Amino acid sequence: MQEINEKYEPLIVAFCCNWCSYAGADLAGSSRLSYPANVKIIRVPCSCRVNPMFILKAFQRGADGVILCGCHPGDCHYTTGNYYARRRMTMLFDMLDYLGIERERTRVEWVSAAEGNRFAAVMNDFAAKINELGENKRLEDLRCKN
Amino acid sequence: MQRIGVFVCWCGNNIAATVDVERVSEILSHEYGVVYSTNYQFMCSENGQQLIKTAIKEHNLTGIVVCSCSPRMHEATFRKTAEAAGLNPYMVEIANIREHCSWIHKDREEATAKAVILGRTAIAKLLLNTPLTAGEVGVTKRALVIGGGIAGIQTALDIAEAGYEVDIVEQRATIGGRMAQLDKTFPTLDCSACILTPKMVDCAQSEKIDILAYSEVEEVKGFVGNFTVKIRRKARYVDETKCTGCGACMNACPSKKGLNEFNMNLNTRPAIYIPFAQAIPNVAVIDPEQCLKLKTGKCGLCQRKCEVGAIDYTMQDTFIERNYGAIVVATGFRISDLKYFNEYGYADNKDVITSLELERLMNAAGPTGGTLLRPSDKKHPKVITFIQCVGSRDISGCGKPYCSKICCMYTAKHAMLIREKYPDTEVHVFYIDIRTPGKNYDEFYRRAVEQYGVDYIKGMVGKVYANGDKLMVQGSDLLNNEQITIESDLVVLAAAIEPEPSVRRIATMLSASIDTNNFLTEAHAKLRPVESPTAGVYLSGMCQGPKDIPETVSQASACAAKVIGLLAKDKLKSNPCVSHSDEMMCNGCGTCANVCPYGAITYIDKEFRLGGGKTETRRVASVNEAVCQGCGACTVACPSGAMDLKGFANKQIMAEVESICKR
Amino acid sequence: MDNTELTNRLKELSGTNVRQCMKCGKCSGRCPMFDKMDVKPHQFVSYLADGKIEKLQNSKSLWYCLSCMECVERCPRGVAPAAVIEAIRESVVRPQGGNRLQPEEVPALLNDEVPQQLIVGAYRKYNH
Repeated sequence: MQEINEKYEPLIVAFCCNWCSYAGADLAGSSRLSYPANVKIIRVPCSCRVNPMFILKAFQRGADGVILCGCHPGDCHYTTGNYYARRRMTMLFDMLDYLGIERERTRVEWVSAAEGNRFAAVMNDFAAKINELGENKRLEDLRCKN
Repeated sequence: MQRIGVFVCWCGNNIAATVDVERVSEILSHEYGVVYSTNYQFMCSENGQQLIKTAIKEHNLTGIVVCSCSPRMHEATFRKTAEAAGLNPYMVEIANIREHCSWIHKDREEATAKAVILGRTAIAKLLLNTPLTAGEVGVTKRALVIGGGIAGIQTALDIAEAGYEVDIVEQRATIGGRMAQLDKTFPTLDCSACILTPKMVDCAQSEKIDILAYSEVEEVKGFVGNFTVKIRRKARYVDETKCTGCGACMNACPSKKGLNEFNMNLNTRPAIYIPFAQAIPNVAVIDPEQCLKLKTGKCGLCQRKCEVGAIDYTMQDTFIERNYGAIVVATGFRISDLKYFNEYGYADNKDVITSLELERLMNAAGPTGGTLLRPSDKKHPKVITFIQCVGSRDISGCGKPYCSKICCMYTAKHAMLIREKYPDTEVHVFYIDIRTPGKNYDEFYRRAVEQYGVDYIKGMVGKVYANGDKLMVQGSDLLNNEQITIESDLVVLAAAIEPEPSVRRIATMLSASIDTNNFLTEAHAKLRPVESPTAGVYLSGMCQGPKDIPETVSQASACAAKVIGLLAKDKLKSNPCVSHSDEMMCNGCGTCANVCPYGAITYIDKEFRLGGGKTETRRVASVNEAVCQGCGACTVACPSGAMDLKGFANKQIMAEVESICKR
Repeated sequence: MDNTELTNRLKELSGTNVRQCMKCGKCSGRCPMFDKMDVKPHQFVSYLADGKIEKLQNSKSLWYCLSCMECVERCPRGVAPAAVIEAIRESVVRPQGGNRLQPEEVPALLNDEVPQQLIVGAYRKYNH
């Protein structure tokens, strides 16, 4: 368990589609737009590649927030992938809410390859929200912490 | 048991300034499976790559992790390096510690810790990688060009020149596009038609080029090298193979009320018409909205006049399907709608016109035969006021946020031509900024001012209103700090340009991305300006952004070079990161095929041995690897977990999640 | 309040981003009171951007502006020169203390000679 005095550093997992959001994150990087270091990005080919299992796993392993980023509706590299992602996540997030993982800990955002500033803004905003909510106590596997 | 090598790049100071690369490579060397770990100044350099190759051989590595810049930058480079050293290229993982770490974090401790986690995550994924082999697909040696303006024409001519077949699909009845409507071209003032029509004729005469005018793209299937496109050939009511373009039908037609689109609706034309004298194909077309025979069934004069019997009132739209290796979008632009700019009185006054209308009014083949006359009373205008930036650079929501780029130059051209032809005319130009970058462009603009005495006024017009038969143009003169009103006979608006609206539909069909202004997005703003992010789709001309004719032609030829490069290949390596189904787990439910955007999944009946000599036949999913693009939609939809994506397997992403969450 | 603070306060009060101005002068192109003004509408925007507040506060234009919002309507960049003028006007009126119109006093002031424009303008001013 973490020290009492030590400030708790939340952990955020971001799933980014290869074509838009990951490129948007790259652009945020090359434009030197900073966002908190506790955001860690996993590259997936498309937002529709994100299996709800990945998100459950993240929360189980102690993630405090999970964000899924894809291309803007209509701009998906694979035409319809982000629509699938949106519908799946709508259902998943409702279920997570039922399980006690606040609705604010999960998010879907559309970030295009040209929106480096938007990527950084979204991540800053999300991280601030998660900071506010504090540690995720639900669903975590205590064996995985520490 | 894998033997992994870790290579941490400094990227000069780009990474090393904020990330302690020594420490990262030291910590990662203790990770499970890692047998070798090092760091170097520039991994992507010749020496860096040599270092990787040597390490692969010396340490018998089965996979490598490179902690460097974005995989979108150098993944391909390091895959080639690995391949050269005898390693499967898909046993390479990149940890992005530049764009996602060193460039965005300032604290060295923090950045180093994150770099370690990113490296660790890449190792966790690599431990589950399997060697993949790219398949090969053939290339259809034919290109499709959508749009027959100067951009499409130039691209088609260049592709045909290289010996490949190319089709031009043009929605209007003739190719030529906007350039055919222009009178003169800047900065040399040569006649637009004189330089365009020979190119149009070249297209018609080329054996390699098939012009499908009056046609639209209806449906696009397939992928780079292997597109199948359905094209709608709209009913012309005139047989293209028979019509000689004699024009007898036009003279016979009693309906003469159709607005002449080619002349920007400034005059009328018959219901059966040839858009302009040099049209290609030089074939008549019937406007079904105006044709009496088609509307009422009574008439048929043109059919009786036609000596070759080309006219067929029963003609219907037909569809053709063709295969292409590459698709070029060259859909061009139009003048944007001025409905939100009441202050300029465009809708209320006939003598407030757009610059493209002025082109027609000055053109010898235009509605006035080349004499500049006011549309309202056909009098010669003595005072002409030009207003620039109408709807361009406008972020109030009424116009376009971008600069339309061509207006400064064409306004200078118009002003100059008018002063040249009618020296008794007073010409005023309201401008905000004059933008004339380009060879001989600023000299051209200065000539308008210094040699031709055009009055340039720095300021913007607030209102145009009619006063008798005059137009009062009220605006500010910022340099004199005055508000002035110019009594004018004609007002010409340099209206913003916008992409041809049909481009949205086409972009969706091609899954080519489009920006908020409906311009198509290029694959890279600087380094891949003529390619769309969608493989096999290329951009030519205004559909990508505002540009003038010289720039359009340069881009069109660049685009053709890219297409030729693709068509010259016999085989394309396909992406091996595709879906595959575990037949033992698949129950043939059909869910995956429903979500596949490419129709890559089919079902086959397969015989399985059950042991004891018994067999069972089951329906299982089968993925066409050449068609699958690897989005992974099916992997999530599959209820039994039989579908998985090579290179981004469930297990691999799970391992990444676990590694990131390990505190 | 030093000049920088005052400038920032006025920028905030105007609710408009003067940096968005591309100096086209369209606001001055149609201002009905242009000839009466010593400082022109477009100059209000650029003076505020440059922090030349005193010039603005002393200008006669403050009292000639009709708040007709023509300049706001026309601006292609979403800048509101009239809002800038309004902000400056307030910075002059408010410190004088107690001399502002109360809404309940308005009916008594109405007569046929008062232009409607003025009443609308007054409401806009005193509603801040």
